Formats: sequence, structure tokens, C-alpha cells
Amino acid sequence: MTNCRSHNPLRPFPATIIKIIDETPDVKTFQMVFDDPEVMENFKQKPGQVAQISVFGVGEATISITSSPTRKGLLEFSVKKVGMLTSALHRLEPGCKVGIRGPYGNHFPYEKMKGKDLLFIGGGIGLAPLRALIDFVLAEENRKDYGNIEIIYGARSVDDLCFKYDILERWPQMPGTKVYTTIDRAEQGWEGHVGFVPAYLEEINPTPKNKYAITCGPPIMIKFVLQALEKMGFSDDQVITTLEMKMKCGIGKCGRCNIGSKYVCLDGPVFYLSQLKQLPPEF
Amino acid sequence: MLILNQDQLANWLNQLIDTYKVFAPVKDGDHYTFKEISSGNQVTLNYTNTKVPPKEVLFPRSEKLFCYRHENEGIQLEEKIDESKKVIFGLRPCDAKGFLLLDNVFNNDKYQDPYYLNRRKNTVLVGLGCNQPATTCFCTSLGGGPFASEGLDILLVDIGNRYVVEVVTEKGQELLSGLNLPAAEPEAQEAARRVKEGAALSTCINLDGLKAKLDVIFYDPIWDLIHEKCLGCAACTYSCPTCHCFDIVDEAEGKEGCRIRNWDACMFPLFTLHGSGHNPRPTGKERFRQRVMHKFKYFVDNFNAVACVGCGRCIINCPVNLDIREVLAEIQGLEVRSDKQ
Repeated sequence: MTNCRSHNPLRPFPATIIKIIDETPDVKTFQMVFDDPEVMENFKQKPGQVAQISVFGVGEATISITSSPTRKGLLEFSVKKVGMLTSALHRLEPGCKVGIRGPYGNHFPYEKMKGKDLLFIGGGIGLAPLRALIDFVLAEENRKDYGNIEIIYGARSVDDLCFKYDILERWPQMPGTKVYTTIDRAEQGWEGHVGFVPAYLEEINPTPKNKYAITCGPPIMIKFVLQALEKMGFSDDQVITTLEMKMKCGIGKCGRCNIGSKYVCLDGPVFYLSQLKQLPPEF
Repeated sequence: MLILNQDQLANWLNQLIDTYKVFAPVKDGDHYTFKEISSGNQVTLNYTNTKVPPKEVLFPRSEKLFCYRHENEGIQLEEKIDESKKVIFGLRPCDAKGFLLLDNVFNNDKYQDPYYLNRRKNTVLVGLGCNQPATTCFCTSLGGGPFASEGLDILLVDIGNRYVVEVVTEKGQELLSGLNLPAAEPEAQEAARRVKEGAALSTCINLDGLKAKLDVIFYDPIWDLIHEKCLGCAACTYSCPTCHCFDIVDEAEGKEGCRIRNWDACMFPLFTLHGSGHNPRPTGKERFRQRVMHKFKYFVDNFNAVACVGCGRCIINCPVNLDIREVLAEIQGLEVRSDKQ
């Protein structure tokens, strides 16, 4: 009985927002710390996992953890203002109390990726879950385990680019790392690439040799990215994506995030393209 | 096997009420429903089945998960875990089987749900066999039966003015301690046997090969037609002993509030609607397919069991007479080779 109580998976742990970074007009990154240092210490997420964020009085939403587990002592969540919960979250300020439970779901296969080159393809807020893995492989203690890193990232406009401090400053300076940034339409003051992500990907034309491609973004971008990767010769086992679904419990019980027999909260959110092709297209 | 006289029943229930919260079928307008009783006389056992299964005793339609309060030092949470001892009295064998199926969901090796589990652990199930199954019953097609004791702690067989008491588990044994019931004499046993034999079901559905068929008909045009008369009202899911989908919402006032879990249903469009407006199951077709697939394929894939007990409530309660037996028969009649989008 006591066992059940100490492990109530539906009970969030109180946490505090310590910092809010305005990424774009509708995306903010929230740095959060559990109020109980022991909970913080024991929260061991893997890159690609998600958590349930509570705004008490409003509810919960499933948000990917965008900070790498190599970054200790805090969690980062990048949140686009879309629905009820995310809008409420956007109204909060540093010092406000929230709740966190998790981590949930599977993770990027970072063990299998060892010794490989990695190609990240992100669009808009879709970079958030990828960022956990990017920073994980770029972390000093892990960098030697992975080959070259290429990051292709795009957004509608310069304003809509998330993590500008990473894509424009920090990541390009990392060893063995190339960052390609693009925006959909030309803008004054932007000297970088202009065009959609899938087209830019084809232009860069990365080789599939000894490489994993990891992609996340709006559904339409993912669709064309997958086509482009296939054209370049990437096999379905070399391509990985992470899915978004309406979730409530996060623990495979509330019944809404399934795609066929698979629950995105338990069996996902990370899927190989080969796995996705086995599932009905209900996502 | 023991014997219990009908006139002892109310006394037994009154004894149980001292220790347990006792839930039993009670007449409620034109139907029957499981309610907590305060006296043994409130029970009606000559019912066919209740409108809604006793699932809600262990998994309420609405329950507080915890309450919270903003305080100066932070946020205080208080869990609402129900530790009370309960008896569900007079439930039908199909509904007991429903609990066994729900156990797969709420108590698996991945995550255990403490709310359901604590209630489950503290609840004793006293079943009542079905002397006269309804025309909508098809439990035998799903491995159950009007007198199946699977999942029950005690099974009562009504032989007229007495009950033959079959003790199924130790938990059941414990419930009878202090009653000193005599053993059922051969005559009573023979009467029980005759009652069981007489309880014939009028419908039988064929599930052979159904799973294999469902494995390959996701894209079949059958779904375009079969859902058409469905109104999406979810009466089927709300009255199903195995449906377990739920929503979680907060209700707050000022500095305090509660997180509440409510029954939800795959038949509702909002169930899967993303914040962005995208909906992976946007029309009745996808939602109806989800319900059938979940019960007869996805649940089988995950837990090796069909999520239906054949209680027939979805048939009785459907406002447009959409009969799951006919849906399954239609699927069984399909000639399918392979599934193509």
C-alpha cells in the first residue's frame, strides 16, 4: 500500500520556473527546477523523452524535454503557445510554481548511434526534442562517441527561429558540427539561406553512409523530408522521427494517444521510419 | 458448496455493512444500478443486469486524484486515495470478468494506477449467476458464461428460495466467516446444476479468425459504411465494463483546487484533438474503427485478451440499434487478402 503511494505516477512533483527565454513571438523556453532537490537528483531522463507539465488550476500537457540530460540541475521545456495549457504556461513568470511528472516514453537510440554521423533536420518548434539529443552528443563527455553532426533547421521567418543562441552561435563553433539554417521567405537583414527545409536538404544532399537522420517538425515538412531522405538513399532504419499526440495520463491508460496497438506515450514518441510504416497512418 | 437461505440474505448484508461499504443492485426508476446500500433490504436481486456496470465502484465516473493549495512556501498536494473496504454484491459473472480485463490496463508491469489498485485490492466480489440471460447476452462467445466464477470471490446460484454458495477465493471465504453456513446437500446441488443447464444463451457470435481479419482490414471500405448510423454518443463506451478511457482536468477556485479524472470516450471528436487543431481521428469513421479495433485487436496485441465480455449493454443502450454482434459478423464475412491504403 505504501508502495503504491510513494510511486503514484499521476502525482506531479512541485517545481519552480527559474528562467524564461523568449524564443519567438509564440515560443518560450522555460527552465524549471524541482522544489525537492532529491527529486531533481533522481529525475533521470534520456534524450527524446517527455514530461507532463502541470499548471495547477488549468491542467497538464505533455511537453518534450529540450535540455540534455548532461545538463544537470534543471529541465528545459520549449513551448509553443497553442492551446489552453500552453497559453496558461506562457502567462507565468519566473518564480511561479508548476508541477512536473515523468520522464515518459522511449528515447532516441543514442547507444546505437555511437560511431555514426548524425543528421538532424528540424522545422520550427520541432527542433525542441532534437535539441536534447544534439546537446547530449555534443556534451564533452559524449562527443568522442559520435561522428560528424549536421543540423539543418528552418522556420518561417527569422523571428520564428527557435534557439537562435544555439543555431547561430553555440553549435556552429562546436568541433565536427555544421549548422545549416534557412527561412521560408527572404527578409531584410537575413543573409543566410532562403527556402523550405526539404528543398534545402536536397541541396545539401548529405550522404547516407554511416549516418542516422533524425527529424521533427510540422507534418508537411516531415512528409517531404522523408521523401527526400529516401531519394538520397537513406534506409527506413536510418531515419528516426518523434511524434506528437494528445495525451492525458502519459502512462498508457487514458487511451487516446495510440496509433494502432502502440501508445505514443509508452512505445514512442521516438519511432524509426521502418516502425512507423508498420503502423496505421493515424497520427 | 454451501447453502444460504433467502431470508438470511438481508442479515448477512447487514453484517457486511458494519465492516464494508456494500454496493449492490438497487431499483432505480425503470432500471437497476449498483449503489452503496445502508440496509440489506434495499437490494433487488431479481434483475437481469444493471444499466451501467459496477466498474464505477473501482473506477468512478469522476474522481479526485489529488487536491492542491498554493501556500507561501510552495504548493501542497494532498492525494485522494480511497482505502475503504468494499463489497460488490450480486454482480454478474460478465462484470467480474470486466475487472480482470481492466486489471491489465491499470496494473501492468509498466505503470500501476494506485487509485484503481487500492480499491481493487480492498474489494470483494460476490457474484450472482444468471438464471435467465437476456437476448442481448453473448458472454459464452467470449469465454465466459452465466455461471462462470472467473474473477469472483463468491458465486451465488439462485435455486428458488435458497442460494447455493460457491466459494471461489480465500477472500470470499473470509466474507462468510461467522455465518456458519451448512454444506449444500445433494438435492440443492442438483437444483443448482439444473438451473445452470437451463440458462441457455440465445446468441453466439463467431470470433474465430476475427483478430487475423482485423489485422489486415484497417483500410478496408467496410469502415466507410459501418459507422454511418453511429451518432457518436458514447453510450456504448459509458456502459461498457471494459472501457477505461479517461480525461484529466483541473477544477480550481482561488488558491486551491483539485485534479479530477473523468470517464472519456474514443467516440468523441475532442478525445484526440491536438492543441494545434489537428485531429488524427477526425470523423466518425476513424472513431468507430478505433472502438472496434481497440476491443478486438489492439487489446489482444497488448494483453492477449479481447476487451469485451459479452454483457450486451452496448446493444441495449445504443439509440440507433447499432449491434456489435452484427458489426463483427459483417467483418467476419469479408473476404480479405491484404491491406492496402
